[in-house]
Amino acid sequence: MYRRLFYLLLTFFAIVYIIQACNSSSSNQVAEEQLPDSISYNFNVRPILSDKCFICHGPDANKRQADLRLDIAEEAYKALKENPSAHALVPFKPNASEVFLRISTKDTAYMMPPKSSNLKLTANEISIIEKWIKQGAKYEKHWAFTPPKAPQMPKVKDAKWVKNEIDYFVLDKLEHKGVVPNPEADKERLLKRASLDITGLPPSIEMMDKFLADSSGNAYEKVVESLLSSPAYGERMALHWLDVARYADSHGYQDDNYRSQWPWRDWVIHAFNENMPYNQFVTWQLAGDLMPNASKEQLLATGFNRNHKITEEGGVIDEEYRVEYVTDRTNTFGKAIIGVTLECAHCHDHKYDPFSQKEYYQVFAFFNNVKEVGIESVVGGPETYAKKPLMEISNADVKEILKFVNKQDTNKLIVSVMGDQDTVRKTYLLKRGVYDAHGEVVEAGTPKSLLSFSDKYPKNRLGLTQWLFDKKNPLTSRVFVNQVWQEFFGRGIVKTSGDFGMQGELPSHPELLDWLAVDFMNHGWNIKRLVRQIALSATYRQSAVVSPEKLKTDPDNILLARAPRYRIPAELVRDVVLSSSGLLVNTIGGPSVKPYQPPGLWEGATSGRGLLATYRQDHNESLYRRGMYTFIKRTVPPPVMGIFDASNRDQCEVKRLKTNTPLQALAMMNDPTVLEASRVLADKLLQDKGTSEARISKAFRRIVCRKPKDKEIKLLASYYADQLKVFKQKSNAEKVLAVGEYPLSQKTNKTELAAMMEVIAAIYNLEETITKS
Amino acid sequence: MEKNILEHGLNFNRRRFLSKLSLGLGSVALGSLLIPDLFTGSFEEAGLPPGIPDFAPKAKRVIYLFQNGAPSQLESFDYKPKLREMMGQELPASIRAGQRLTGMTANQSSFPLVGSYYDFKQYGESRAWISDLFPHTAKVVDDICIIRSMFTEAINHDPALTFFQTGAQQGNRPSMGAWLSYGLGSENKNLPAFTVLLSRGKGNGQGVYSKLWTNGFLDSTHQGVQFSSGEDPVLYLKDPEGLNRFERRKMLDKLAELNEMSYQEFGDPEINAKVQQYEMAYRMQTAVPEITDLSKEPDDIIKLYGPDCLVPGTFAANCLLARKLSENGVRFVQLYHQGWDQHGNLPNEMAGQAKDVDQASAALITDLKQRGLLDETLVIWGGEFGRTNYSQGAMTKDNYGRDHHPRCFSIWMAGGGIKPGIVYGESDEFGYNIVKDPVHVNDFHATVLHQLGLNHEKLTFKHLGRRYRLTDVAGKVINDIIV
Repeated sequence: MYRRLFYLLLTFFAIVYIIQACNSSSSNQVAEEQLPDSISYNFNVRPILSDKCFICHGPDANKRQADLRLDIAEEAYKALKENPSAHALVPFKPNASEVFLRISTKDTAYMMPPKSSNLKLTANEISIIEKWIKQGAKYEKHWAFTPPKAPQMPKVKDAKWVKNEIDYFVLDKLEHKGVVPNPEADKERLLKRASLDITGLPPSIEMMDKFLADSSGNAYEKVVESLLSSPAYGERMALHWLDVARYADSHGYQDDNYRSQWPWRDWVIHAFNENMPYNQFVTWQLAGDLMPNASKEQLLATGFNRNHKITEEGGVIDEEYRVEYVTDRTNTFGKAIIGVTLECAHCHDHKYDPFSQKEYYQVFAFFNNVKEVGIESVVGGPETYAKKPLMEISNADVKEILKFVNKQDTNKLIVSVMGDQDTVRKTYLLKRGVYDAHGEVVEAGTPKSLLSFSDKYPKNRLGLTQWLFDKKNPLTSRVFVNQVWQEFFGRGIVKTSGDFGMQGELPSHPELLDWLAVDFMNHGWNIKRLVRQIALSATYRQSAVVSPEKLKTDPDNILLARAPRYRIPAELVRDVVLSSSGLLVNTIGGPSVKPYQPPGLWEGATSGRGLLATYRQDHNESLYRRGMYTFIKRTVPPPVMGIFDASNRDQCEVKRLKTNTPLQALAMMNDPTVLEASRVLADKLLQDKGTSEARISKAFRRIVCRKPKDKEIKLLASYYADQLKVFKQKSNAEKVLAVGEYPLSQKTNKTELAAMMEVIAAIYNLEETITKS
Repeated sequence: MEKNILEHGLNFNRRRFLSKLSLGLGSVALGSLLIPDLFTGSFEEAGLPPGIPDFAPKAKRVIYLFQNGAPSQLESFDYKPKLREMMGQELPASIRAGQRLTGMTANQSSFPLVGSYYDFKQYGESRAWISDLFPHTAKVVDDICIIRSMFTEAINHDPALTFFQTGAQQGNRPSMGAWLSYGLGSENKNLPAFTVLLSRGKGNGQGVYSKLWTNGFLDSTHQGVQFSSGEDPVLYLKDPEGLNRFERRKMLDKLAELNEMSYQEFGDPEINAKVQQYEMAYRMQTAVPEITDLSKEPDDIIKLYGPDCLVPGTFAANCLLARKLSENGVRFVQLYHQGWDQHGNLPNEMAGQAKDVDQASAALITDLKQRGLLDETLVIWGGEFGRTNYSQGAMTKDNYGRDHHPRCFSIWMAGGGIKPGIVYGESDEFGYNIVKDPVHVNDFHATVLHQLGLNHEKLTFKHLGRRYRLTDVAGKVINDIIV
């Protein structure tokens, strides 16, 4: 009986899931699918053609079937090569168009896509194609490959709601859908949200009190301003960029020995804090070494392109790995800076986007001239901690020029940076992407379909940055603005932040994206200004409450009729714990640190060679640094970070997954970091005078960042009373308190301390604690 | 009881069902078996994998005994008397035929052939040749299928290992176990679908890395979870000192109450999902130590696996643990035994390595068989490539080394619908090139997926605009080794 019921239920869930999934599968369709009055090629038709047809009838010449391509209008309108009396598309006449006839037929021999492709069109997709042909089968250039133009500000009914330009676009869409935005979040929630988003740290009690007491009209604006000027802002912004730049503290691959690349990370934090304009920020990183009279700082910035993995495996074939590094740079450039899957053209023409394999190697050519080898050295001493080309940072440099580099000793410090050789290395198209299968020789260049590479630009990385920051470049600004948006809303305006191409998702708010992109360029690529705009918008300030209606009609919050609510990134989980307990050491930069880690992880997975064969945990202040400074050994990344979805820094990543797993629960319950923080905070609170309710309330405020409700305090106070009894009875407080290296004060009563520690540990485990709400 | 299940079901529903749950897609797969038409053509739209069984699966679970570093086929399963005859003579250029060399032997002026230091004998009804280093494996020879014609494209450890585990030499692609977890889900709601066990021999070693058991672009619920047979079998599983189960339960109840208040305020289904994850964590805390506790195993089992199986962290202990995990419904148990990289000192080092793994590998087969589990459990044994037939470095009568050789090597498979007691594929008399029935890594993956009822061309995941497969763009099922 039990079993049968179980199966029945599973079937039921499966159906429910499908129904729900259908409702939200295509991310830009919020309610049930209805054919629009006017079919847009870009928004309705191309996603279908691209996903289901272009693989055989698209840009890849080698795989093209029947010599037909459907991605270009003239080609699709032509008479078919195999049957000149027929046409793939006849505008206004679906029944004369082979495309429609073949997707709608029941005859499997005639049907497209063929069964062997494992692809199938839905009834709705077929109707869209039919209606599109009826309306003239008009093509449009892919939206992301045409330069953004500032759209007109939409007119909205509820102008009172609007705080800045962003809101016009969001509200316009909501009003069309008849959805009302959420009211502004309460002050405490809003402060926590802004503080975590802008600085990555929870607000202190003083900040909360001050903000709560400030009844002036611009209280929130003032808070945002002070957060933006905090040095923690640079750290918070750097976090995403370190993923993009695949920054780590080891070389990766087999032996995975130490590398000293952290001064580059210190520069990133510095650059954000100095509010370096985005065009300068990227130009220095891609081409700082090529700038006239390049400064040491500009040279250090180019470490960006040397953060990739570098092998130290004896016996590898040198050229194979050198090519691998150039490939990594090329792919990173594509994904991170121009948001396209250039890497798909590594082995063949791109199957969906108009990038030929030749064009891939033209971009590759920009990064192919580095004075480097595939394997410079095997595991060794300090001279192997960076690979040539490299720069040395002396103590004098740190004193005079590179003041932001947190060098703590007088040892030699080397960092891998960029540097080209004098003669240009020939770049070949590599057949099938194989390192030694040389095809034709190619010159440095960029994909024509995006923006032609002007003759005015030098054909080197510096020229490449000029191409990037040409205002006619359709992608650079959109892609970055979208990444910043994603960091604030958990989802980009273009959800696939690494793919703006044909297979990427369409923007949920295309006009807003373009407005932001143009505005960003017109205001000097000013990053802080962009962050401020987002943080001050009414859209961002909404409460995160989700009504059953909104959950039903818009589960993924595409319309932005509420604030997003999601678990904070891995590094911030640690920051919240350390900061709220008072343990946080807020030094900026320096060599990465090794906090508590379960024994045996590095030892169990090592070749036994090198500095990182065994984990030597740090002590004292190094135990309490922000999450972003935790040492990343690529082959065995820090476990709690991985559990909370941090990047392993193997490759460029522009977006992290957000999962919710039992391992996260185990880490929050049993990681000594959380337990020690609970003990230390309990110790601190017990030294204050006052009732246990007052103490618990204070702990709650520090950790959850709001005042607890009466019900919450009552529940926690009764838990405290219960724990007091338990520890008294068992007299095992000492055992529970023996966690972490931070000294115990001698003044507090052990039983009370242990009981309070349990209460605080429970508060750390609340869902709301590590959630932005 | 029924009420509970129903309530549980409604909770599921409220949380948009499967999105984050440990049960994974396996439960949907199950649903589809009941009403097969339910899913036809709609996986893509439903965001589900299209890898739902097209045919009845033969295997339900996999145990992969990965021999990390690449054991020599010439001292294990590929008997080449010719190499002994031609000891010290140069490898004919016609045989090498332009095979690239690693940086370690690229500058070697001669390539002297070297025969196995160890003798070979024929065993079982299959009369398969096995070297004296593997006496226990020899005893189960009629239960295993030896493939002597594996080949790969990579010549260095990192890319070769990554290729075997993820189907690509570079890049952050999901591991085999992650694909299976994604395609089939877990059979046990208290255990992850994909677990990893590490051990190391005394031979020259190469590291392993978590990239090998990564979820890649799949949801991190499909990531391999590292288990150990030691104190804390799963990271952070153990409650802190001084805290008992009863107190933990109390805390969870308080948390649930507080989180419920939060749910009342926000209406966010993720809050309930979080509560469920805490509950699963709590169940894991009980279930996992029970399974990983090997001390209660009966004497005949200890004898079967050998005394090493009581020493946490050994290959033998991991084999026994693998059997228990698998028996409890873990889809994919991945073992790695390091130390097989014999560039030099091969006769000596390989003897030690073989001693580490031989008895326990065979014991696993015997043990699964006696429990009636071998039919539904696919066991795989092998490394990332083979080794050269010529010596690397100086060679003496009883000492030599072998470099990496991707072009031809041996692995074995057993159970899970693989034909027992056969030898598949053949290499030339030099053990250098394949002369019959080559098996590419992609073919191997396609075959493994097939045994689990998954079509390797249909088990796809769309990421950054492309549908990815474990077998990338190639691979064919090796039908000749399937029952």
